Amino acid sequence: MKQYSDLEFLRLSKWQRFCHKLIAFFCAIPRAIANFFKNIGKTVVKFFRKAGAEFKDIGQTFTQGDWRTKTSFLVMGFGNLTHGQILRGIMFLLFEVVFIVYMITTGGYWMSMLPSLGKQGPTTEYDPIYDSYTTVYHDNSFKILLYGVLTIFFIIAFIYTWRTNVKQCKTIDQIIKRGGKLKSDKDDLRSMVDEQFYKTLLALPLTGILVFTVLPIVFMILVAFTNYDGAHNGYANNLFTWVGLDNFNTMLSWQGGAGGTQSYAATFGEILAWTLMWAFLATFTNYFLGMFVAMMINKKGIHLKKVWRTILVMTIAIPQFISLLYVSKMFARNGLINLALLDLGWIKEPLPFWEDATWARVSVVLINIWIGIPHLMLIATGILMNIPADLYESARIDGANAWQQYSKITLPYMLFITGPYLLTSFTGNMNNFNVIYLLTGGAPTNVAASGAAGSVGHTDLLITWLFKITTGAESQYYLASVVGILVFVVVALISLVVYNVLPSIKNEEDFQ
Amino acid sequence: MNNTTEKRHMGLKALNRASNTAIYILLILISVIWLIPFVFIVLQSFRVESTYQVGYVIPHQWGLQNYINLWNSDFKRWYLNTFIIALAAAVLTTVIQLCMSYTLSRFRFKMRGPLMRFMLILGMFPGMLTMIILYRVLSDIGLTQANAVPGLILVSVASSGMGYYVSKGFFDTIPKSLDEAARVDGATRLQVLYKIILPLAKPIVIYTILTAFMGPWGDYVFARYVAMGTSAGYNVAVGMYSWLSADQIANWYTTFCAGGVIVAVPVTILFLCLQKYYVEGVTGGAVKG
Repeated sequence: MKQYSDLEFLRLSKWQRFCHKLIAFFCAIPRAIANFFKNIGKTVVKFFRKAGAEFKDIGQTFTQGDWRTKTSFLVMGFGNLTHGQILRGIMFLLFEVVFIVYMITTGGYWMSMLPSLGKQGPTTEYDPIYDSYTTVYHDNSFKILLYGVLTIFFIIAFIYTWRTNVKQCKTIDQIIKRGGKLKSDKDDLRSMVDEQFYKTLLALPLTGILVFTVLPIVFMILVAFTNYDGAHNGYANNLFTWVGLDNFNTMLSWQGGAGGTQSYAATFGEILAWTLMWAFLATFTNYFLGMFVAMMINKKGIHLKKVWRTILVMTIAIPQFISLLYVSKMFARNGLINLALLDLGWIKEPLPFWEDATWARVSVVLINIWIGIPHLMLIATGILMNIPADLYESARIDGANAWQQYSKITLPYMLFITGPYLLTSFTGNMNNFNVIYLLTGGAPTNVAASGAAGSVGHTDLLITWLFKITTGAESQYYLASVVGILVFVVVALISLVVYNVLPSIKNEEDFQ
Repeated sequence: MNNTTEKRHMGLKALNRASNTAIYILLILISVIWLIPFVFIVLQSFRVESTYQVGYVIPHQWGLQNYINLWNSDFKRWYLNTFIIALAAAVLTTVIQLCMSYTLSRFRFKMRGPLMRFMLILGMFPGMLTMIILYRVLSDIGLTQANAVPGLILVSVASSGMGYYVSKGFFDTIPKSLDEAARVDGATRLQVLYKIILPLAKPIVIYTILTAFMGPWGDYVFARYVAMGTSAGYNVAVGMYSWLSADQIANWYTTFCAGGVIVAVPVTILFLCLQKYYVEGVTGGAVKG
């Protein structure tokens, strides 16, 4: 690869710079991987060194501390309580009591079951009183996995709290030795709305995210390594258990299915290709057409600007499911458009909007333009108004025509500002469930892929496929989970590449 | 002015007029294309001679039968469900998102950078993945099927902190010197927030309320999953989708149109009233990300 000095680099055209960065990024990958493995060693050493320092600190606190500090090692918060910091002390103590009670009553059971995900499934037993056979339920793999993960979270939180408790004892000892004044409860309460206000503000949102996003995601990642599906639901019929990497092998194997159907890997590749194509088309058609509409409305000498804008903006307000479902039925085989065209005698056969793969794909992209332009128009309008007018003025004086003004001023400006937006909109479109599901439901069916779970269709994105697997007859949650992880990998890779190449990566503080 | 420049000037003017005319024609065309499906929905909601799809738009017989059908169906319940969810989400989501975005915009603490990166990565997982487990958990605590409403509120509010980007972008534009001046005068951080920042943040508060309120009206996937076929727990999207299934559509198509009108009109009016704030939020916050 050609190396440029700084000066040479600045002389390149935009396009050359972009290419240069792109190539540089991919050339750097092998070295980055090598560095990654080199760094693993360093990180391990660093980790142990840090852990050693922690243990040393804990030991020192213990040997140098007085009896109150020493008791705190067992009874958390004791040091705080005896030094008059009642609030902190009670919090520590309460947490310890809750933790111990939880671990003894249930936590221990979940942890012990985690490696096997349950020993005994439901059994049919003879009931002598009613003289009949009844099903008796035993372990519940689902709960074991869920509460097992939760217990691990809890243990980590406990260790962290315990360490904080020890640190606080050390601080107290030091302050007393210096003859300083300890913080009172009143100080603590005041700091909750002042220096530490961010902790108060973040407590609720972060708890929500931890319980309803992080925990489920960790759980679902783990599900990819089990055989959890409709036939092994962990409680009512069979337990599920760990299967290692089997599910990834299934998803990425090239072995064809029964009856000459294609392999999972081929199906996955096909859907991925369409997902990327869709995301690309959906993002850029909307982007350029939205910009075009915004420029038309913004043009000098066009009247009723507000009316045009309001008409488009109004369509944002109407819930998408109404407009999408209505339009989907409008183009259906026996829908308004086909019936009207048949009545007029313009066509003999209904047009296959949703029955033919190519027709369906083109239709979803076109209808998505209809859905997306108003939004893009708004964003583009905001930016276009911010472009300094004197740029155009001087361009006109220099004799630039409309196209030159567009390509040399408007477009670069837009691209620069909306770079990050384009990226999020691209990944958002990759996961655009609503438009695809409400318009086509994935139809028409992809016959070649019938060996794969969840009846794959030609317009299915990975995300709708995931949904279909989940709600399908066999509910192969483990496959859905594998698809989900692969979607994450693809999105993360694209984001990584784009963030490294994009010119408008900026320092966050620059804005403020 | 000599003759040639005048001619050129006239030429430019004519060109300009021509291009303006072309733009007007295009804009009218665009407006028609964008509005026509909605006009069709309204017209078809008044068609009483048949309930299935037909090849014409203007009803042969006008009437309110479809709206009466709507009143006699479960639609009332669905509408109420959705309205409750939207209202609760509007209040709670706004509080949570403002907490989150204000904190990330104003405070500099040790875990801030890692936290934001972590949430960025978290956002790359398809949210649908978590549906299965959330459903089982909700069903364990009895918040599914007929009781789907509190369950849906809980789930949508709990993870709403992730969508802090737009309002954080807005808070970033409020000068920090305001905070500092107040802090010098002895105000606590809490006082700074509700005495200085909140009054200035009115546009973004309204934007957040508006988007949070409008979201649940189109919420389909998770709502369907949680309701699991129990009509009493449906929201409008799930319920009306069931009317368009292959075996229902012949009887319910025009009623669907009527329902669409009833759902869309209030939301659209609200939206148009607060349009100014929405535009501000989208153009100000969304771009900066």
